[in-house]
Amino acid sequence: MKVEVGTLEQLPKRLGKCVRVGNRELALFRTSDDQVFAVENRCPHRGGDLSQGIVSGEFVFCPLHDWKICLKDGRVQAPDEGCVKTYRAAVKDGLVYVEL
Amino acid sequence: MRRKLVLIGNGMAGVRCIEEILKLDREAFEITIFGSEPHPNYNRILLSEVLQGDTRLDDITLNSWEWYERNGIRLFVGETVTEVDIKRRLVRTDRGRVVEYDELIFATGSNPFILPVPGADLPGVTAFRDIQDCERMIEYAKTYKKAAVIGGGLLGLEAARGLLHLGMDVDVIHIFDYLMERQLDPTASKLLQRELEKQEMNVLLRKETAELFGNGRVEGVRFKDGTSIAADLVVMAVGIRPNVDLARRSGIEVNRGIVVNDYLETSVPHIYAVGECAEHRGVVYGLVAPLYEQGKVLAEAICGRKGKPYEGSVVATQLKVSGVDVFSAGEFMDGEGTESIKLYDEARSVYKKVVVRQGKIVGAVLFGDTSEGRKLFDMIQRGDSVEALSLSLFAPAALGGKGSLAAAMADTDVVCGCNGVTKGAICQAIAEHGLKTVAEVRDYTNASRSCGRCKGIVAELLEHMLGEEANRYAAKETICGCTDLSREEVLEAIEQRRLMTVKEVMSVLGWKNEEGCLKCRPALNYYLGMLYPGEYDEEAESLFVNERLHTNIQADGTYSVVPRIYGGVTTAEQLRNIADVAEKYNVPMIKITGGQRIDLLGVKKEDLPRIWADLGMPSGYAYAKALRTVKTCVGKQFCRFGTQDSTGLGIRMEQTFERLKTPHKVKMAVSACPRNCAESGIKDVGVVGVEGGWEIYVGGNGGTHLRAADLLCTVKTEDEVIEMTGAFLQYYRESAHYLERTSKWVERVGLEHIREVLFDVETRRALLERLHKALSTTTDPWRDIVENERVQQLLFRDIGDKEPVPVE
Repeated sequence: MKVEVGTLEQLPKRLGKCVRVGNRELALFRTSDDQVFAVENRCPHRGGDLSQGIVSGEFVFCPLHDWKICLKDGRVQAPDEGCVKTYRAAVKDGLVYVEL
Repeated sequence: MRRKLVLIGNGMAGVRCIEEILKLDREAFEITIFGSEPHPNYNRILLSEVLQGDTRLDDITLNSWEWYERNGIRLFVGETVTEVDIKRRLVRTDRGRVVEYDELIFATGSNPFILPVPGADLPGVTAFRDIQDCERMIEYAKTYKKAAVIGGGLLGLEAARGLLHLGMDVDVIHIFDYLMERQLDPTASKLLQRELEKQEMNVLLRKETAELFGNGRVEGVRFKDGTSIAADLVVMAVGIRPNVDLARRSGIEVNRGIVVNDYLETSVPHIYAVGECAEHRGVVYGLVAPLYEQGKVLAEAICGRKGKPYEGSVVATQLKVSGVDVFSAGEFMDGEGTESIKLYDEARSVYKKVVVRQGKIVGAVLFGDTSEGRKLFDMIQRGDSVEALSLSLFAPAALGGKGSLAAAMADTDVVCGCNGVTKGAICQAIAEHGLKTVAEVRDYTNASRSCGRCKGIVAELLEHMLGEEANRYAAKETICGCTDLSREEVLEAIEQRRLMTVKEVMSVLGWKNEEGCLKCRPALNYYLGMLYPGEYDEEAESLFVNERLHTNIQADGTYSVVPRIYGGVTTAEQLRNIADVAEKYNVPMIKITGGQRIDLLGVKKEDLPRIWADLGMPSGYAYAKALRTVKTCVGKQFCRFGTQDSTGLGIRMEQTFERLKTPHKVKMAVSACPRNCAESGIKDVGVVGVEGGWEIYVGGNGGTHLRAADLLCTVKTEDEVIEMTGAFLQYYRESAHYLERTSKWVERVGLEHIREVLFDVETRRALLERLHKALSTTTDPWRDIVENERVQQLLFRDIGDKEPVPVE
């Protein structure tokens, strides 16, 4: 199902934001080229808060141990291994929607 | 009721002034800006980069649309103010808009001067002043082949360089005997011309344009001597004129520019002028540094905090023209009553000249090697006597002539004639193999193997290589994988081209990954902050979470709070306050740290600003690459063995240097006797009290790479401790790599070299001046955040909780 999670206004470029929807915690990101991504806000390594990571292009670096995670497909980049759950995100009329 | 401030002109000088005003008082004014160009404020200095096609407007934008919005500024672009009614205090625009003002700033800049010759209005003729001109030139270059640039000044040569880059044939036409006569003397100019001609630029001197001709569009240029050339694109770069028409029509006193006094006030009350349109004490400035100085003075005055007046600027030009380094400053032409000292090396295209008047250094030109430009500029500004220049030309005598000959030699100069060994080869061997003696150098390179007369210079080179010099020869270490440039190259480019943002650095210097990485973004953030104290605001998105939020992130996603407790000395009241706050927020753990402070652990992100507000204490910077703590022992107030007041000095050091950003964290300690209860021997700066004085130790580390600190020097007074420590910290800030601890840095550049720098009175004075400038611009980050609702919203609050409500 599609859920409205906030406004585009609330997402500064390259600074993640955390939003809790029901019992899920998501990290939302708006990249330099204005794409919006949503991933589960838990690094597969030690559960780090991904919403506070440094964003570079379509990747975020977990603030706990610098794991590099692709926002598009949720894959952890080598040499580390793992995956976070990703959610389809869309923007319409300044509102951000996520497919749960 | 906020006062109404109107700015005419949306360019570098005017908007910079607005930035300064916002820094001083965000709430003072309701600000309206008019700009004739349809863009936000961009860096005009980098237009030539856009012309060369590898940089976009977006990359050189200084203030984004969002910036105007965020600061509540009304911006009207593509709209020109056509009338100022000084009686009723309002402005009218070409779109019929009327806006009232209480204060009005003119920052209308300059217009390119178009030669009043027949055909100047033909299609295919353009100026080179703004983005539109750039776009036009790029467009023409796609279909036409032959360009002529009228004007052999800096702007003309930049345009020519760009057009060459776009694949056109370029003639540069100059009315004068030699190129760039405003910045260079004839000798330097001829060298430059030779370089440009090597790059396929065709230079025509002493040619005065009579007309541009063509049928329907430009086809060529005819000169007054009857000769002519063909051209399908003609760029006019013959100069700029302050844009003063509107000011003149409005009844404001205008000479060449809008006449202003030392507070940038025009002849009409409440109207000011800043930037290229302003004329101050008879001078109109066109360089960015003076314009920014003016903006600062005006901002203070307009906010009712008149400080230092603007007294004019000594202008230095340091440029890269088509890849060649050029520098000039002050009075650089030989004239009546001047003498000059020259060094001219035609083979290597290096030329240096210092101009002297009545024994004082008054000007200089450097070509091909501008490394001493900064130093010479300072000498000119101070009016140093020629004695300060040693015989080896431009190696300052302050270094006691030591290593000066070695330093003055070029890498290609032969040191050992018998065996043909150059300075470069010797230095490289020293750097690569860590050579320490003349004998070792002889065995590795053959230098001094035969007649031995060059032993002295080899010994000098060894000394010379103990310091920072060694980095030039060692294998190049790039900042990170996103670039092939070293730290030194990046810093030099930032300063020379006045790059002001992380994004600008990356795009202008051709970063391979335009978004940067975990290594380079925080590093560039630090370097820009160090180079532009008070001007550069750190980019939140390029900071690691700890520095972005001014707290330490913990394993469970909570945070910790360490307030400043100067020198580890607290009071009952302070402890009670901390205890109350810890209870109020149910802080799970209260820990005494190793740095003699108190850590409140397990705090939620959104509680941080509230806790800081309740504590009312400054940040202890326990998360930062900055001064952390000054650990102290009990000292002579209570201790039986104490020789000095270590707590007093520790508190003073912490209060003096707190908030100073450094390449990596800095820990300090003060002990009152050699028993060293504060562990001064393993700190970045450790002070030990002895009878009648203090020992200062540097480069210690108690962490991963355990290292005992080296004794830097012994001083008599507390003031000297503060001074030496300050100079040491500033030199570390300026010359260490980002994330290089002092322990590593001291080993890399060498203690001897650091001593040499710090013990030279003049150098120390300059370091301290820059240090105080940096310190004077800092404020407590916790308080800033507590008082700034917008930042709290942006960084500390989540979007929050949402009940999943399905849509569609």
